[in-house]
Amino acid sequence: MGKLANIARWIDYRLPFFSFIDHELREYPTPKNLNYWWNFGSLAGITLVVMILSGIFLAMHYEPNTKEAFDSVEYIMRNINYGWFLRYLHANGATMFFIVVYIHMFRGLYYGSYKAPRELLWILGVVILLLMMATAFMGYVLPWGQMSYWGATVITNLFSVLPFGESIVEWLWGGFSVDNPTLNRFFALHYLFPFLIVGVVILHLIALHQHGSNNPLGIERKEPRDSIPFHPYYTVKDLFGLGVFALIWSYFIFFNPNFFGEPDNYIPANPLVTPPHIVPEWYFLPFYAILRSIPNKTLGVLAMVSSVSVLFFVPWLDTSKVRSATFRPLYKWVFWGFVVDCFILGCVGAYSPDHIYASLGGLSNQTLGQVTTLLYFTFFFVALPLLGIYEKTKPLPKSLSEPILQKKNIANVSASIFCLFMIGSLSPLYGSETPTLPRENWSFQGPLGTFDRTELQHGFQIYKEVCSTCHGLKQIRFRDLAALGYNHEEIKAIAAECKVEVIDDEGNVIEKPALPTDTFPNPYKNEQAARAANNSALPPDLSLITKARAGGPDYIYALLTGYEATPPKDVHLAEGLHYNPYFPGGQIAMIPPLSEGLVTYNDGSQPTINQMAKDVVTFLSWAAEPELEDRKQTGYKVLIYFIVFTILMYFVMKQVWARVKE
Amino acid sequence: MTESTHNPPSPKKKEPTRRDFLLLTAGAVGAVGTAYFAWPFIDSMNPAADILAQSTVDVDLSPIPAGQAITVVWRGKPIFVRHRTPKEIKEAEQTPLSQLIDPETDQDRVKKGHDDWLIVVGICTHLGCIPTGNKPTQTRGKYGGWSCPCHGSLYDTSGRVRRGPAPLNLAIPPYTFLTSTQIRLGVDEVAHG
Ligand code: FES
Repeated sequence: MGKLANIARWIDYRLPFFSFIDHELREYPTPKNLNYWWNFGSLAGITLVVMILSGIFLAMHYEPNTKEAFDSVEYIMRNINYGWFLRYLHANGATMFFIVVYIHMFRGLYYGSYKAPRELLWILGVVILLLMMATAFMGYVLPWGQMSYWGATVITNLFSVLPFGESIVEWLWGGFSVDNPTLNRFFALHYLFPFLIVGVVILHLIALHQHGSNNPLGIERKEPRDSIPFHPYYTVKDLFGLGVFALIWSYFIFFNPNFFGEPDNYIPANPLVTPPHIVPEWYFLPFYAILRSIPNKTLGVLAMVSSVSVLFFVPWLDTSKVRSATFRPLYKWVFWGFVVDCFILGCVGAYSPDHIYASLGGLSNQTLGQVTTLLYFTFFFVALPLLGIYEKTKPLPKSLSEPILQKKNIANVSASIFCLFMIGSLSPLYGSETPTLPRENWSFQGPLGTFDRTELQHGFQIYKEVCSTCHGLKQIRFRDLAALGYNHEEIKAIAAECKVEVIDDEGNVIEKPALPTDTFPNPYKNEQAARAANNSALPPDLSLITKARAGGPDYIYALLTGYEATPPKDVHLAEGLHYNPYFPGGQIAMIPPLSEGLVTYNDGSQPTINQMAKDVVTFLSWAAEPELEDRKQTGYKVLIYFIVFTILMYFVMKQVWARVKE
Repeated sequence: MTESTHNPPSPKKKEPTRRDFLLLTAGAVGAVGTAYFAWPFIDSMNPAADILAQSTVDVDLSPIPAGQAITVVWRGKPIFVRHRTPKEIKEAEQTPLSQLIDPETDQDRVKKGHDDWLIVVGICTHLGCIPTGNKPTQTRGKYGGWSCPCHGSLYDTSGRVRRGPAPLNLAIPPYTFLTSTQIRLGVDEVAHG
């Protein structure tokens, strides 16, 4: 003990590391009345660290090359130990990061945390937001799916409104379209930017510690008893908050990992086909809505850029002398209205401009977008400056310790309830645009579901005997079939039935029986051969099909069972196409693949069309998510852990804070 | 550190112990959680599932004449497959163990009944260079086996180190004779063939 202390003192004398920690983390005087909204700063910091960590480990396996990128992500998901965990942690982490940071910023707006002397603190925060946006955008390009590619194309094309726009865009791309050079530089920058964020975060913290945190009352601390040391009071409170946050994050990682993702991004990038409905990630939707609501390219881009950069001027746009909305009866409502407006903008961004809201009396998305865009800017350029002049604020308390203010503020509560209600009432805005799919009961659905082994084996049989004549399954290796319940010998036999091409010692291409370590061979030599054999349609690879289509397994099932021999009268089938109402456009090149008694199940069960469709969809769902069972099982352990952690931290927090309350 | 000195025994003595217990538990739970959180990151750097699975290679021995050798790749490493002449076998068998840096009999380094085949991992046990001597044009060194170009280690016709700095004999990979002219690298006799 004494020795250690001596060493610490020796170091500290030369490099004041310990006194720095002691000063800035332990005794750092903090207002004693911070509420839970003040948890989000530390949560953002923790998320940043987790993102950097998981990102570094993912980068060890990722290939930034247009030929490899998509498959390398799947390789991570399927072959790297815990690869699925790292990737889902990172992908959902981006969402969590933005949620936390947006709440953190709304908190600042509500309590006036940007007012003197904290203007630079706020501005540094906006810089962090901008860096985050750039990082997230470039990160989304890396998996090289359809959304990655077209997102990259659309966003980089925004720069074409600048003078010399064309040259700038080509400079960004390193070519004449988004291609390998673009992917390479995005990867390099995606790795760099988080460290720039760390740098600005440090500045943000230095600025914060200069004058300390703002607080819910928005008045400066006057006497020593207004402050408490950061440790243990806020460390333990932050840990409790971390527990709750980790529970939510874990839920998405383990039980709903693609909730925030787009199915289209599980289709490899194709520079010749734009997906019918391209949307950015949810955290960009409000800005995207603003861009689209103005029917002029330059002005639209300008509006979008101003919608973010206006944040830099908030400290001066808001003229009010009073910081906290608690004492600003009008601003409080305007603020919540602004929050709701941002949510509506998000919904607007999610739909195509000519979407019509039937539930809102036939309101068009374009109009709604224009109104909400106007309101967005009204908040900054009209409400903030004018309210400060005309609003009659309530009297401010004299100090943080004034007991009268401990009572609950009714108006506060009702305002937030109003906001939640408004956001809840937005739900009719979210409606599916595709025809509703009949819902099947899948063995693997829900938090407890596991794949039915019989269905898996039957489904594999159907894939092998029916689908595999046209569709590949390139992400699956024969040895993966062990998960279906086959043993080593059976897998060897299955593999040996397929032929793979190898090069012999004399350099000739010869065919050899496949080994368990081989991937399923593609039925066609190349894309041209596949198209030539299929009336110029390309049978998609099925490895990810249930993840790559909106509606997932239900959609594939509906498609397989939904063929109609006679199309409705108003449909004119093109040559060689078949009518299927579930296929976008209704006309599909694939002949109805299933028919009664097409295969013979060796356990004697009936191969009805519905049963066969169900079996093969179960098999394909496994092929798309072989980690599913493992993921859910791990998920339960993680959730239980964080529940225990959170409860414990809650009690520790109560214990620690008991000393402050009196 | 100095807290205990000005903490007079108080009537509330029970409280700190309960508090301590809570803090300790919380600390332990946090530490365990951190360790578990670290594991997926560490494990992700281990060989991936497909690399582990790609562990066997079949080698046809029939084209290799006595006195010559071939190099095959198994798990990314060069494997020396050498067809020894009777003279080389005799040399290897008659070397007294006392002359060896890493004493091992020749019997222990070949499969019973197949002593004309020497199969070793072609990586110098010093610092990982590939010794020369597998191609007829390359020098095999004084002991007729292999010679390492990096720091001069010499190996004999049993792949045993005869001159340092390498400390150990060339390693023997797991393999099985499927027929008298075919081996499978990556599985030992006991495993299913
Ligand atoms: S590596 Fe072979 S002698 Fe040093």
